[in-house]
Amino acid sequence: MASVAQRQDGIITSLGGAVLEFVEAWGDVASFAGSALWWMFTSRPSRGTLTPNFYQIGVRSVPVIGITGLFIGMVLAVQSYADFMKLPGMRGWLGVAVNGSVIRELGPVLAATMLAGRIGSAIAAELGTMRVTEQIDALICLGANPIRYLVVPRFLACVLLIPLLTILADFMGVMGGAFIATQYFGIEPYEYWTRSQQEVGLWDIGTGIFKSMVFGAAIAVISCHRGFNSSGGAEGVGRAATDAFVLSFVAILVLDFFLAMFFNSVYARLWG
Amino acid sequence: MSSEPLVRLENVGMRFGGQQVLRDINLNIHRGQTLAVIGESGCGKTVLLKLIIGLLRPTSGRVLFDGRSLFELSEAELTRQRLRFGFVFQMAALFDSLSVFDNIAFPLREHTQRSEAEIAAEVRQRLQEVGLSPMVESKKPAELSGGMRKRVGLARALVMNPEIILYDEPTTGLDPVMSDVINELILQTHKRRGVTSVVVTHDMRTVEKTAHRVVMLSPLSSLKPDEPQILFDGDLASLRACTDERVSRFVRGEAGPLAFAG
Repeated sequence: MASVAQRQDGIITSLGGAVLEFVEAWGDVASFAGSALWWMFTSRPSRGTLTPNFYQIGVRSVPVIGITGLFIGMVLAVQSYADFMKLPGMRGWLGVAVNGSVIRELGPVLAATMLAGRIGSAIAAELGTMRVTEQIDALICLGANPIRYLVVPRFLACVLLIPLLTILADFMGVMGGAFIATQYFGIEPYEYWTRSQQEVGLWDIGTGIFKSMVFGAAIAVISCHRGFNSSGGAEGVGRAATDAFVLSFVAILVLDFFLAMFFNSVYARLWG
Repeated sequence: MSSEPLVRLENVGMRFGGQQVLRDINLNIHRGQTLAVIGESGCGKTVLLKLIIGLLRPTSGRVLFDGRSLFELSEAELTRQRLRFGFVFQMAALFDSLSVFDNIAFPLREHTQRSEAEIAAEVRQRLQEVGLSPMVESKKPAELSGGMRKRVGLARALVMNPEIILYDEPTTGLDPVMSDVINELILQTHKRRGVTSVVVTHDMRTVEKTAHRVVMLSPLSSLKPDEPQILFDGDLASLRACTDERVSRFVRGEAGPLAFAG
């Protein structure tokens, strides 16, 4: 009896410890995000810190997001076409399936995932290296707040540029899908575009862009936080970079689910 | 010279998780003095420096700078007080993405309204003070040798004319000649500016050349629970004459009898 009670106590203690650790970790991330927001609204970052981050995060992401967006649209058309062929009279709906999927989900999620992979890890590695080589301590000693100097420009670059990258991913995906559907499978362009126009509208584009901004904020906060809290030399920096991508990716999917639920309920209330 | 110490540590303790690093440290650092803090690796020398400048908050006791506890100040006031310090980091901690010029100019751009021409003149003067030619201005830290990086770090620490300079192992990783150059710079900086200096080191040549006063710390793991962590506090002559075996062994650079045990 005593050993069963002890085992139960042990399980409850470990569970409690894990819950506390989880709450503490996410509380720390929330406090970090709050601090970044406070500095963002109370002190304007200099152009010297913004420009390199905007270039790195925005401009240099264009090719990879453009190419992946194009191929996602093309693959989606190829995979969906076989199913639509089985249903008589449904060929024209292929455009709705491809464009709807790209604009509502794949464009924002793809742009955010590519950003997390390309930029999230890089931010965590860069800030992590600055932490372990005492450059962040040096900033503090020189009277510069590291959140204002290092986090705010990266946060702004992620949040403000991801909508443009999402529009690019959407555009390339839509074009890729249309090219395969009309040129390869021979679907009448008028039919393809008219149906899409009827079913995919500004609401879908707007919610997709809004979602991407939430994803951008999550990537910036998680990646900067991991970098800021890295320790243990090169190994710690590597771990921070990996964690930044994995946690950002998980956050993107979890947030995507809740935002999709939220926007669906708003849509149903407004036009349902 | 004011008799009030510039820095005062009162019963300072520091713990990281379950590991106690500093215990009941009481220390006054007087204006214009060069204090060398020596001790084995892991005894908490660097932690002591970071407590003095407020990079770390003590888990017990308090650290006073010019009579005020740094952690009782507002964020803006704390920043103002930190600008009275210069910190020379062990590996220099230069910003990788900035050139030598921009590293040294960084605090001037952040905290002064000076024109770029005035900043450039100031940066060149600081480079000259640490014996570097203007040719290095455009280089990135990765292109510099260890000794040059330390000198740029010192130039950056000097640019805001600090009242106190903290040196964290300034000669670590340098050859004997470059170590002597750095020691000479510490000495000259003190002579020229009359700044208070705290030099954390385990290099006895640095101590001999620069220090007015020496404090030796011991790792807590090698002390009994009631033993003070400061093994020695005095001038160079008393250090040489110290009869405490642990102190004299460190000064002679000899390993203790238990150093290779177990």
